[in-house]
Amino acid sequence: MANLFTGAEIVFKVLEDHGVEHIFGYPGGAVLPIYDELKNHTKIKHILVRHEQGAGHAAEGYARSSGKPGVLLVTSGPGATNAVTALTDAYMDSIPLVCITGQVPTHLIGTDAFQECDTTGITRPCTKHNWLVKDVNKLSSILNKAFEVATTGRPGPVLVDIPKDIQFKKGKYIKFKEVKKNENKSNITFNGIDNSIEQAIELIKKSSKPIFYTGGGVINSGPKATELLRELVSLTGFPITSTLQGLGAFPGDDNQFLGMLGMHGTYEANNAMHDCDLMINIGARFDDRITGKIDEFSPKSKKIHIDIDPSSINKNVSVDLAIVGDVKFVLKKLISSIKEKYPNFADSNKQGISSWWKQIELWRKKNSLGFSNSKEVIKPQYAVQRLYELTKAQDTFITTEVGQHQMWAAQHYKFNKPNRWMTSGGLGTMGYGLPAAIGVQVANPDKLVIDIAGEASVLMTMQEMSTAVQYKLPIKIFILNNEYMGMVRQWQELLHDKNYSESYTAALPDFVKLAEAYGCVGIRANKPDELDKKISEMLASNKPVIFDCVVDKTENCYPMIPSGKPHNQMLLGKQDEDDKISEEGKVLV
Amino acid sequence: MIKSAYSFATQKEKIKQHIIVVWVDNETGVLARVVGLFSGRGYNIDSLAVAEVDKKKNISRITIATSGTPQVLQQIKLQLGKLVPVHKVADFPSNKKTLMREMALLKIVASKTQLEKAKNLCKKYKYIILDKTEKSFVFEISALKKEIDDLIKKLQPLGLASASRTGVVAMTKGSEIYQQD
Repeated sequence: MANLFTGAEIVFKVLEDHGVEHIFGYPGGAVLPIYDELKNHTKIKHILVRHEQGAGHAAEGYARSSGKPGVLLVTSGPGATNAVTALTDAYMDSIPLVCITGQVPTHLIGTDAFQECDTTGITRPCTKHNWLVKDVNKLSSILNKAFEVATTGRPGPVLVDIPKDIQFKKGKYIKFKEVKKNENKSNITFNGIDNSIEQAIELIKKSSKPIFYTGGGVINSGPKATELLRELVSLTGFPITSTLQGLGAFPGDDNQFLGMLGMHGTYEANNAMHDCDLMINIGARFDDRITGKIDEFSPKSKKIHIDIDPSSINKNVSVDLAIVGDVKFVLKKLISSIKEKYPNFADSNKQGISSWWKQIELWRKKNSLGFSNSKEVIKPQYAVQRLYELTKAQDTFITTEVGQHQMWAAQHYKFNKPNRWMTSGGLGTMGYGLPAAIGVQVANPDKLVIDIAGEASVLMTMQEMSTAVQYKLPIKIFILNNEYMGMVRQWQELLHDKNYSESYTAALPDFVKLAEAYGCVGIRANKPDELDKKISEMLASNKPVIFDCVVDKTENCYPMIPSGKPHNQMLLGKQDEDDKISEEGKVLV
Repeated sequence: MIKSAYSFATQKEKIKQHIIVVWVDNETGVLARVVGLFSGRGYNIDSLAVAEVDKKKNISRITIATSGTPQVLQQIKLQLGKLVPVHKVADFPSNKKTLMREMALLKIVASKTQLEKAKNLCKKYKYIILDKTEKSFVFEISALKKEIDDLIKKLQPLGLASASRTGVVAMTKGSEIYQQD
């Protein structure tokens, strides 16, 4: 008879089979047998967080910066419900997570037992799939399947709910066998169309105003996809813009890069998207923050959409050519076909798109990310620019919270490598950045990890500083402190007659003292001329740092596509906005 | 300026009726996954029929009558296809190639003459009288959804006391069976 193992032992055996080195979690009654087993598995390090949401975001940061799935372990009831925000966040941004939850013993399920909740019911819409394990003999195969579902196709979170009696029970363990997939055989058809690569090349050949629009799918496809993207962009000479999630796939300081597009994207990127005759979407999903007014979105272009998830095709925007497949395989095929069919493509093509580049240079001259700097008060954009200049020589990992600071970071921090930029884009979770930075630092122990934060967001998960201190994770929390929920304030200024309803935080902690209370370092910068010195002080510290950067309270994030407007009607700044509003005013009079 | 952080709904395409058939593993919660997908993404369910069709392979067949724009209908199919326990998804067009049936149990409680009238109305369709008393009939009717709608409307003044319907089930005509593309 085969050896039998307890459910708790099986959990760790499977985690080891999948090469898991770190799990983020928080113990509780229904998950104690698994915690008890932890001592027998020294290869796996557990990071104790202070709230289960923090475990989830830390696992996300870990996954995004390492390319490996993030694993979290939480208890039943409140442990599971606290993890729901992070699971939803990972679902929206396609991050592979494996969440293991304890559940009340099988015989108590459905009786409203202590710390019972319908975990699989609650997490059904925010996971790729979930399982309630009712038979210990199925535990190993379910966990193996969980890793497979989380990491294949469009990645995402999964959850395995294990009742306490199953954790104690002895059962069979089946060792995981990796099935080698023939990756070149990956399906690239959509609606039965197979000759899509040839069609794509014809469209590329014919276009005179092309643009690449790339997203998080390139990053998720792995470092090879990034290399191939760079090769394709340089081969074609086409301009490229990226979504928030795609930043880093293409070098941010390259001349072919137009910057981020969308609601707070650059003038040149958005106008190029609007006026192009060929849009090549690689691993992006036509999100509403990207498209603006959907029926005036890029009206004159043919659209190619490369995505691993068929349900992303034609969801928001109808496309002319869909290629369903993993970015790296599609790009590989595309590049080799171009080289084969048109060996002189790069040279012959330059002429064809030269007037398009001239037009783009004109848009660029608007310098839409410009801002009027000040000697009196630190402008938030200036703070991000200085942070970039002082850290760009190192391999730096940036996480953010959600709001104005997030957009300023995306606009002014230039990324040259993938997996260096972790931000909550789809769900827009305030409080994401600090725990995510913890996960990033765990995965990259010797690297510089900075959370560019807002003071409102960071307070939502501030308790995780205690985790950073416990594990000696020297994360840097760089708070652009304007005392407002800045993006809420900006919308209220523009759309709600400056009625700043509940967007000012009248009582904030002293962040320097708070840092000291946690046992880390607190630094404050008040004036532009002391900023560089203080940032250098932060970078020199080998401890976690909370940096309170006191910035202009009323600065708005520009450029901006006002809602309901297409890409070519951007607001560039204060002056623009006053003009628009006075016109509205005239109509009202 | 529009006072919203989101854009406004723009003109939509025409709404069409469709039958979506889904083959799934017959396991706990699978129906909740399918139905939850519909409610979560704002798709319509006009009727739903589900039962195990292959005991050996543990497969259930779910037949959903739905309506939506062509774009929404395509999304429904693709989103369903992503669910782990879903084996295949078919879209049965409402045309001559598709057989569609719904079964209903109808109880009439009325006087003898009314009951006779009710029986005459049912004669138009395939019907069986499953139960009969002095004051009541229970009919089993198998017909198209629209026909049952009409019949129920006509039976209401004749003492229709209770109606129970299965929801539409569908199958393609001829020797073909649906293959996933």
